[in-house]
Amino acid sequence: MEYIIEMLGITKEFPGIVANDNVTLRVKRGEIHALLGENGAGKSTLMNVLFGLYQPDRGKIKVRGKEVHIAGPREANALGIGMVHQHFMLVENFTVLQNIVLGAETVRGGFLKMDEAREKVLALSERYGLRVDPDALISDISVGMQQRVEILKMLYRDNEILILDEPTAVLTPQEIDELMHIMRGLAAEGKSIIFITHKLNEIKAVADRCTVLRRGKLVGVVDVAGTDKETLSEMMVGRKVDLNIRLTPREPGEPVLKVDKLTVHSRRRGQTKKVVDAVSFTVHRGEIVCIAGIEGNGQTELVYALTGLIAPDGGSIELLGRDVTRKSIRHRNTHGLAHIPEDRHKHGLVLDYSLAENLVLQSYFQPRFQRYGFLRYDNIYAYAETLIQKYDIRSGQGAYTPARSMSGGNQQKAIVAREIDRDPDLLIAVQPTRGLDVGAIEYIHRQLVQQRDAGKAVLLVSLELDEVMNLSDRILVIYEGAIVADLNPKEITIQELGLYMAGSRRQAGVAAGGEVV
Amino acid sequence: MKKRPLNLNFLSSLFAICVGLLFGYVILLISNPAQAGDGFGTILTGAFRDMRSVGRVLYFATPIILTGLSVCFAFKTGLFNIGASGQLIVGAYLAVLVGNKGAALGGAHWVVALLAAIAGGALWALIPGLLKALANVHEVIASIMMNYIGMYLVNYLVVQTVFDQLRNQSLPVAASAVIPRWGLDKIFPRSNVNAGFFIAVLAAVTMYVILYKTKFGFELKAVGYNRDASRYAGINEKRNIVLSMVIAGALAGLGGGLLYLAGTGKHIEVVNHLAPEGFTGIPVALLGLSHPIGILFAGLFIGYLTVGGDYLQLYDFAPEIIDVILAAIIYFSAFALIIRTFIQRRAIRTGGGGAK
Repeated sequence: MEYIIEMLGITKEFPGIVANDNVTLRVKRGEIHALLGENGAGKSTLMNVLFGLYQPDRGKIKVRGKEVHIAGPREANALGIGMVHQHFMLVENFTVLQNIVLGAETVRGGFLKMDEAREKVLALSERYGLRVDPDALISDISVGMQQRVEILKMLYRDNEILILDEPTAVLTPQEIDELMHIMRGLAAEGKSIIFITHKLNEIKAVADRCTVLRRGKLVGVVDVAGTDKETLSEMMVGRKVDLNIRLTPREPGEPVLKVDKLTVHSRRRGQTKKVVDAVSFTVHRGEIVCIAGIEGNGQTELVYALTGLIAPDGGSIELLGRDVTRKSIRHRNTHGLAHIPEDRHKHGLVLDYSLAENLVLQSYFQPRFQRYGFLRYDNIYAYAETLIQKYDIRSGQGAYTPARSMSGGNQQKAIVAREIDRDPDLLIAVQPTRGLDVGAIEYIHRQLVQQRDAGKAVLLVSLELDEVMNLSDRILVIYEGAIVADLNPKEITIQELGLYMAGSRRQAGVAAGGEVV
Repeated sequence: MKKRPLNLNFLSSLFAICVGLLFGYVILLISNPAQAGDGFGTILTGAFRDMRSVGRVLYFATPIILTGLSVCFAFKTGLFNIGASGQLIVGAYLAVLVGNKGAALGGAHWVVALLAAIAGGALWALIPGLLKALANVHEVIASIMMNYIGMYLVNYLVVQTVFDQLRNQSLPVAASAVIPRWGLDKIFPRSNVNAGFFIAVLAAVTMYVILYKTKFGFELKAVGYNRDASRYAGINEKRNIVLSMVIAGALAGLGGGLLYLAGTGKHIEVVNHLAPEGFTGIPVALLGLSHPIGILFAGLFIGYLTVGGDYLQLYDFAPEIIDVILAAIIYFSAFALIIRTFIQRRAIRTGGGGAK
């Protein structure tokens, strides 16, 4: 079969790093080709080269057998190459149709001709089974729907080569199934799809072939049907990885966190919606309780209220038997609570501080790090060195490395080290593995389980279903700010969990405001 | 890590100075080609012509070092204190008031007058600080308004309390309120330099210690770099914002006190002008790389050019030329900042993640 895209011997260097080192990627017409690799393996760089955002230092690109020079996205589009970015590029207060034609409008005498566009969009969505309402506002439709709009945008521009950058990261299991279905349909119609991911299940489910990158180098190209997940993961990471966690059965101990009818109103102007709606639950010593839900269902606000970043509008929070509802952040942090925040750049780190300074961000005021208000930098750096050893944090210049220049995985390791080493009674971890590769995920999961086994209470907030199923003793499903189910991961399937998360199922007896113990 | 950005910063300041000087030379060439070379030489060497000139450099540098430190201190907490002018004049007024009315204080007179100046500046910055922390009113807007309120209020109060009607300015302060010379008049005869310069140096060193060695400085900088992460770490960022502004204001107020208690015949004139020393603090902070010790040198450098520029009149140049050259350096120091940010962004984008 002919190759529609050939990227041959692509090398792209940045100061101090070779992002792509003699990488070759060949995609056949009508195939779904997965591009697999860890963070920083060079996947995005390679795709940016194909999309014309970077110029390669060496190597050539052939499209439909002809060598081409792609100077920018416009040229890429003219060659039939389209890309759906991880963060959607949609105008929130435009309709679906307006978003699709944006940048490719047909006009007559300066006036838009939307009728033709509408017909074409309807025909396309019919043909590929992308059910969308062309007149709905983007802000009103679900994330899965928005993604279909992005795909329609490419189809509307008659693109034949579709690049999907981690398309499943934001979807529910049902939506992921639908997306897979759509992808197969597109391939059957002769479109070629490059599917960037580090999720092996999805590759197994949908891809024909898979190109694996590691540290900027091509590791190999495999037929997906003839390769098992273990091999793929080993190719990607360079060693055997075991993501299956077996929690040793353990009786939960005394309650550490007790939340009672916690309510948070929307902070948006003119809104009185309850984003956290009378949530009650308890987390005990020696258990990992997971809050599962689709992004934006109140998890963020719930955690902010628990950690003191926002003041709740109702209800109470008890930490180790003491009411902390109105206590300061510092009080909570020094009375048993540790928090691995959702956004490591916004909350977790001061990026312009060194690694050492970040490692003491929660403890610099303790006597061992300051005396009469003067910081004891000797102790700070000594402490940082021990943490770096103990938690295997890798960086260019050790404790002196600016946090900004560290890789995402090591930044996260630093946060995890800082929070765990404070020996908390309650560890709140919010999407601790978001955007990390398998190796780092494995590491962070181990740390969380260790905390559990050491008799700490762990509250995990996650969007990743595998993580939820694998890691928790108990699953609380949050939907539109309310806890709708209290589940035992051993007794349900991923599909059932997905139904709860999507709000189409609700556990009897767990009404809003009801007690979940 | 510490080395590279510092070099880059240093280079950008040097670049600003060179381009500014070059620009000044071009202006000299245009206005009087025959004398341009001599005039330019005078700008560069005038300050070292005799010990008196060196003394004048120190004298001119003193208030702008303090306003530079003021701008820098707020900047470390992520705040842009454009209100140093108002803080300076309010501080100056209280110093002059105490200087006039407090003769009974004896030997402590000048010290009390300076403390009053500090309190005045601090108070004037407290208001924008509170507005920022509690109501999220942008400190630039608030402190610009405080500049005007301060200026008009001081004009009014001078007329009401310490007015010299003949000269339309404040009355001279008592001799006991003038800052002592501590022998500097022996080293630098006939110049106006006084112990105020030592106070400015002390302020710079103290500020360095606070910012880089103490828990308080650690918190201030953390808030400046990342307010959200500071909150997350339990730092009371509102308190730090207010404190940072108050200390910045205190520094500017101290600068006002030193300027008007120098015993040089400088008085608060009842005119509708904002005190220029407050705004000079911004380029001094920029040229000084937002580092206390750098600001010390940047203030001295501006003082050096001012003194050198004074001698330009010997070569038939308008004295305003030196202001133009200074303005050019200031302009290019801001320009250099843009270039530096640009270089750093590029370095981060290309060197850092690689894949992004």
